[in-house]
Amino acid sequence: MADKATLVVHSGDMDKVYSALIIANGALAMGMEVSLFFTFWGLQRLKKGGLESGPLSRMNMLGLGKWMVKRKMKKAGVASLEKLLQDFKELGGKILACDMTMEIMGIEKEDLRDDLISDYCAVGTYISEARESRVTLFI
Amino acid sequence: MSEIRVDCIGETCPIPLVETRKALRKAEEGDIVEVIGTHPSSKKEIPMAVRALGLELMDIQEKDGVWKIRIRK
Repeated sequence: MADKATLVVHSGDMDKVYSALIIANGALAMGMEVSLFFTFWGLQRLKKGGLESGPLSRMNMLGLGKWMVKRKMKKAGVASLEKLLQDFKELGGKILACDMTMEIMGIEKEDLRDDLISDYCAVGTYISEARESRVTLFI
Repeated sequence: MSEIRVDCIGETCPIPLVETRKALRKAEEGDIVEVIGTHPSSKKEIPMAVRALGLELMDIQEKDGVWKIRIRK
């Protein structure tokens, strides 16, 4: 079993994308390999301009809740999702994009931030990475 | 051999850990990385990362809520 973490990022909710990227960066910082498999609503966040656009998973209140949480996060010095994503790449993290989601949601490669994506793939790739990972999470 | 300073004062999870790792990746073997910060959990967790990475934890100090961790690569 490799010292590796494989996370499915299924949710596109802002708070859950935060959880995924914080865990992923923590694992990289502690010397693990990490793959993030973006699918369904999660994949929407890899669209150009889409990273910060997810709602809050609870109490979004048409964006008012999100605005309040973001304000508190800024005050607490929490990094932006963009910084976490750049750090993730700098520390050698791998991003996989689900091609089935692309097909059913009509997303083209040009719509996505292709420079961040290591591979376009399906469940077989996820399982071959997950089966050799000590840590697997579905977010 | 050089000494690299990482200032994480005011930063919160996971930035102190991430910035420490970034500095350690760039450092040459034998270099010293000194991290300063204020996030309480990072004071415990940076040493955990240092052990996991098999590096040498040289010193941990704290004064007035600011901690300083020294690591040798």
